Amino acid sequence: MPEHADSFKTYTLVFVTLLLLTGATTVVATIDLGPLNVVMALVIATVKMLLVALFFMHLRHSSILTKVVVGGGMLWLGILLVLSLSDFITRGWLPVPGK
Amino acid sequence: MDSHTETLALREQFETPGQQKEASTLGMWIFLVTEIMFFAGLFLAYSIYRREFAGVFAVASNTLDVVIGAVNTAVLLCSSYTMVLAVRAAQMGMRKALIVFLILTMVFGGIFLGVKAYEWNQKFEEHHVPGATFHLEGTTQQGPAQLFFSLYFTMTGLHALHMVVGMGIMLTLLLQAIAGRYTPDYYTPVDVGGLYWHFVDIVWIFLFPLLYLIGRHYH
Amino acid sequence: MITAVVEERDYLHESYGIKSWLLTKDHKRIGLLYLHTITFFFFLGGIFATLIRVELLTPHGDLVTSDTYSKLFTLHGVMMIFFFMIPSIPASLGNFFLPMMIGAKDLAFPRINLLSWYLLLIGGCLAIYAMLAGGVDTGWTFYTPYSTSYSNSYVIATGLGIFIAGFSSILTGLNFIVTVHRMRAPGMTWFRLPLFVWSNYATALIQVLGTPVIAITLVLLICERVLHIGIFDPARGGDPVLFQHLFWFYSHPAVYIMVLPGMGVISELISTFSRKPVFGYKFVAFSSVAIAVLGFLVWGHHMFVSGQSVYAGLVFSFLSYFVAIPSAIKVFNWTATLYKGSISYATPMLYAFGFIGLFTIGGLTGLFVASLGVDVHVHDTYFVIAHFHYIMVGGTMMAYLGGLHYWWPKMTGRMYPEGFAKLSALTIFLGFNLTFFPQFILGYLGMPRRYHNYPDEFQVLHVMSTAGASVLAVGYLMPLIYFMWSLRYGKIAGPNPWGATGLEWQTSSPPPAHNFDETPVVTTEAYDYAALEAAKVG
Repeated sequence: MPEHADSFKTYTLVFVTLLLLTGATTVVATIDLGPLNVVMALVIATVKMLLVALFFMHLRHSSILTKVVVGGGMLWLGILLVLSLSDFITRGWLPVPGK
Repeated sequence: MDSHTETLALREQFETPGQQKEASTLGMWIFLVTEIMFFAGLFLAYSIYRREFAGVFAVASNTLDVVIGAVNTAVLLCSSYTMVLAVRAAQMGMRKALIVFLILTMVFGGIFLGVKAYEWNQKFEEHHVPGATFHLEGTTQQGPAQLFFSLYFTMTGLHALHMVVGMGIMLTLLLQAIAGRYTPDYYTPVDVGGLYWHFVDIVWIFLFPLLYLIGRHYH
Repeated sequence: MITAVVEERDYLHESYGIKSWLLTKDHKRIGLLYLHTITFFFFLGGIFATLIRVELLTPHGDLVTSDTYSKLFTLHGVMMIFFFMIPSIPASLGNFFLPMMIGAKDLAFPRINLLSWYLLLIGGCLAIYAMLAGGVDTGWTFYTPYSTSYSNSYVIATGLGIFIAGFSSILTGLNFIVTVHRMRAPGMTWFRLPLFVWSNYATALIQVLGTPVIAITLVLLICERVLHIGIFDPARGGDPVLFQHLFWFYSHPAVYIMVLPGMGVISELISTFSRKPVFGYKFVAFSSVAIAVLGFLVWGHHMFVSGQSVYAGLVFSFLSYFVAIPSAIKVFNWTATLYKGSISYATPMLYAFGFIGLFTIGGLTGLFVASLGVDVHVHDTYFVIAHFHYIMVGGTMMAYLGGLHYWWPKMTGRMYPEGFAKLSALTIFLGFNLTFFPQFILGYLGMPRRYHNYPDEFQVLHVMSTAGASVLAVGYLMPLIYFMWSLRYGKIAGPNPWGATGLEWQTSSPPPAHNFDETPVVTTEAYDYAALEAAKVG
């Protein structure tokens, strides 16, 4: 009972897209976009991740619970990064008395 | 529909095969979340130090071969493609296709690891391994430069370790597939093994741009 | 419904021999295996506590050298936290009763459950090896750069031991989450679950999300120590505070791993011994999850004086006040449950009362240290030590003992001796307060933690504390003795000696190997004492 079988065509389309995106991220990196370089790299990587997760890992056919679990994982990664970085980024903000 | 295979595979704590499949799948997804949090610490360290030593990290990153990195990324994507086709074959009861796709997945995984070994060897020869013999051209900040490579080796090393485990899982699935254990009613291990394999691919999808593509426009 | 004894033997007697225990897949047997292991580590950690308290009787560091003293408090912390407290209630009582409470035959993954126990054992063996080979002196917090660059003790072995034990915890959490989602009996909706299940579920969320971070932290610690990768080394551009962020990201939620299951026990005890449903069931259930979530947002309050940015400190301090709210809600609701309840003072209930009082004190003093301004003065003093011992010992340990007494008849088929049990509960309560209340005062007066010499004027308080510790030790030894005694000489317990609601009480004592003859179908709400009374009268 293939509840969540996508077609061979769909998988191939996703695969080709992933390859193209890999090429894109490599090419975009050679163009100077300043701070946008890292944003573009992360955006493309995120799109690739979503393609693998939604299609190859069948997330789009999965239960709401599964989606909540994955979302939770990403959120927790975010908590670690954001709150920790909030320390490092704001370190220089308060002037030290006497300096 | 082989109900004999179906009942054989049912563990006694479960009421129905459907319940078992749902439990196994949920279990693997939760395990993958623990893996996200495991790698998370490394991504945090990377974020902090890249922000602080942006220039040095760019110089260091440029010593990595971007073509090899991109090709290796493509190789891993191929392995994910063959993996999902393997799952599909299992779903359709296509035993020979399942076996072929599992073998192909392992081949691509092996190529990836081989290329990785080559790259690491390059780093050894170029004296880019942190330690007494380390030296990176183009910067005075040798300390932070070593930080980049420490992160490079730790992150790609941990990733490679997960790939090796993945190869072991693939081998197990292959042997079971050859033994005819999987049918359209019971292919959960293939499904769940596939989830693990795709996750390891996703980690690399992020590692590639973060490690190889810093400041590539300088040249 | 009592099963006929002849047809199916209970889980203790359905098979014999050491292989039937070491290779068991039965969650009840695994719970007992864990019970033995954690009891061992509790008393091992207790030995270190005893040595610490004896040293602190006099103002001079005269019993042991400073290096040895560092090893004593480190090993006390490591053994108690990672090998006793973290597994304690979930691995013993949780493993035993969670499947029964939801009407399941076992956990979702019984073999992984057994693997969890072996992982704890292996990790524990590594830690014991480190202890015997010479010990570790970094403090249980392993702060860098001391742990990475300067300590000459067995940091790596201990770190590896904790790493492996961490996977034990992760797998237990994973098992519990899947079990509660997928294996509840028909009619057992989320809001009919006993609150003990909710608590263990929330705990499992923390175990799964937090523990991997300390795992990678220990990996990095070991890599730094062995390979000098530089990640925490200022000479290379690394930052020691990064270690603290990674460490506390787990270790703060870890304290909720340690207290939440205890709160779950208290919900069960308060309800049974007031013969009333827990007041505000949904509030208590959601509070468990709220504690688990909010607990991840406050770790920086351990780092106020570490060099962390003041703005980050501000945010963490602010968020730390929020995490107190769901805990307070629970205390209010337990208290409200008592109102117009039919209260009996059996030993488990005495422990529940002890918990509510002592946890409240511990929790309120948490608000003191959550305040950035106050914490600058009391950080790294005995005030903090008293704060967390009020919660860990006055809270969790009391709940654990309460739960152990409550479910002992179910697990073993025997009653413990009530008179001795009440005496030991009282001894523990008095000993505990005498040990730790003076430490609030000591800390406020400026006594630093991890020091074994101190100004003469602090001696009186230290002597009181050590006296209390002696009483506490006696109090803890008593259950060890009478529980073992009860296995041979205790009164035979029936299926439901407390007249409690809950599926676990509808089986024989001890329960059959497969828990239920048929999968139960649940039609009543949790803690439906009204229905129970009606059934008795009618």
